[in-house]
Amino acid sequence: MVELALPKNSQVKSGKHWPAPAGAKKVKTFKIYRYDPETGGNPRWDTYDVDMDAVGPMVLDALLYIKNTIDPTLAFRRSCREGVCGSCSMNIGGRNTLACTHGWAEVPGKAVQISPLPHMPVVKDLIPDLTLFYAQYASIEPWLHTDTPEPQAEWRQSPEDREKLDGLYECILCACCSTSCPSYWWNGDKYLGPAALLHAYRWLIDSRDEATGDRLDALEDPFKLYRCHTIMNCAQVCPKGLNPAKAIAEIKKMMVERVV
Amino acid sequence: MSKNDIFQPIQFRTPLSRARGMGSSHHGVSHFITERVSGLALAPLSLWGVYSALKLIGADQHTVAAWLGQPLNAVLLVLLLVSALVHLSNAVQVVIEDYIHRFTSKSALVIGNLFVCVLAGAVGIFSILKVALTVTGAH
Repeated sequence: MVELALPKNSQVKSGKHWPAPAGAKKVKTFKIYRYDPETGGNPRWDTYDVDMDAVGPMVLDALLYIKNTIDPTLAFRRSCREGVCGSCSMNIGGRNTLACTHGWAEVPGKAVQISPLPHMPVVKDLIPDLTLFYAQYASIEPWLHTDTPEPQAEWRQSPEDREKLDGLYECILCACCSTSCPSYWWNGDKYLGPAALLHAYRWLIDSRDEATGDRLDALEDPFKLYRCHTIMNCAQVCPKGLNPAKAIAEIKKMMVERVV
Repeated sequence: MSKNDIFQPIQFRTPLSRARGMGSSHHGVSHFITERVSGLALAPLSLWGVYSALKLIGADQHTVAAWLGQPLNAVLLVLLLVSALVHLSNAVQVVIEDYIHRFTSKSALVIGNLFVCVLAGAVGIFSILKVALTVTGAH
């Protein structure tokens, strides 16, 4: 059954408060989800009053500032700080996005609330366990499948066919889409989720690929593909502006084309 | 075991094995098409249904029975009922699959849903035909 309430050990309690340094003029409150498996206990909301004059414009800047100067125990993933690696995806102000490309001033409300990507097991603080998400990506076999002997040079593709991959290849696997999808929350073990399906479509329409039929076979399943109910959260949250829902609709169209 | 217990070994299965699960069941497209086509059929049929119902407001039993005695009305009403129930059973099945995860309760509910819809359809069709044919016979 779907869990309508959080299990007791996952209910978030209120935590520590870290006041702003004396003399801080521009103060903003960050309410951050904290969970440490080593100390056990429930997760908690810690609040940090941050002097924004010392912080750069993005949410990631604030998180780094908190970690460097206020509370070094705060754990989160980050790497490129420019929306290319997908590491710092998290739920900011109720919306999945990348901390590095989302300005803290854009977050509505008085406090900036930050929690890990929804409905994923939490490793620590803002770090979700994405093992299954990556495995689902691997399961769609995201590489070129060919039976024809490899050409001497590269596999060739017309500029028109290459254009079909635009809007798909840009995905950075940050998991914002999949973890914003209610269908993925309820059936994440069987439904592949928007990110994996967007990549599946990227290989389905690659003119160089010779395994379109096998790929469609592997996807035709009430759960793997058809759990998508066009809720569109994926397209709404994608920090790269991609539209996984459209890619999934295209896969469903291909499935129909195959039988009619 | 709760799905949050990531530090417990999940049956020692590799992540890829978990992601692949039991593989694709190679069906789903017919369900998808049936849902769309029944929805498509319902658009004009339900408009006709609403129009007819409005027209029959305040009519006595004899008038309604005579209306149902018209072959086109009876056939369209049967079609409306069938497409509505096909659409309903498909949609409810999806809802059950979304929210109920235990195999036994899920299967029981999916079968129950099918039985209820088939029963409603059979009773409905029989009733429509009974009225329609009785009226036609009386004339």
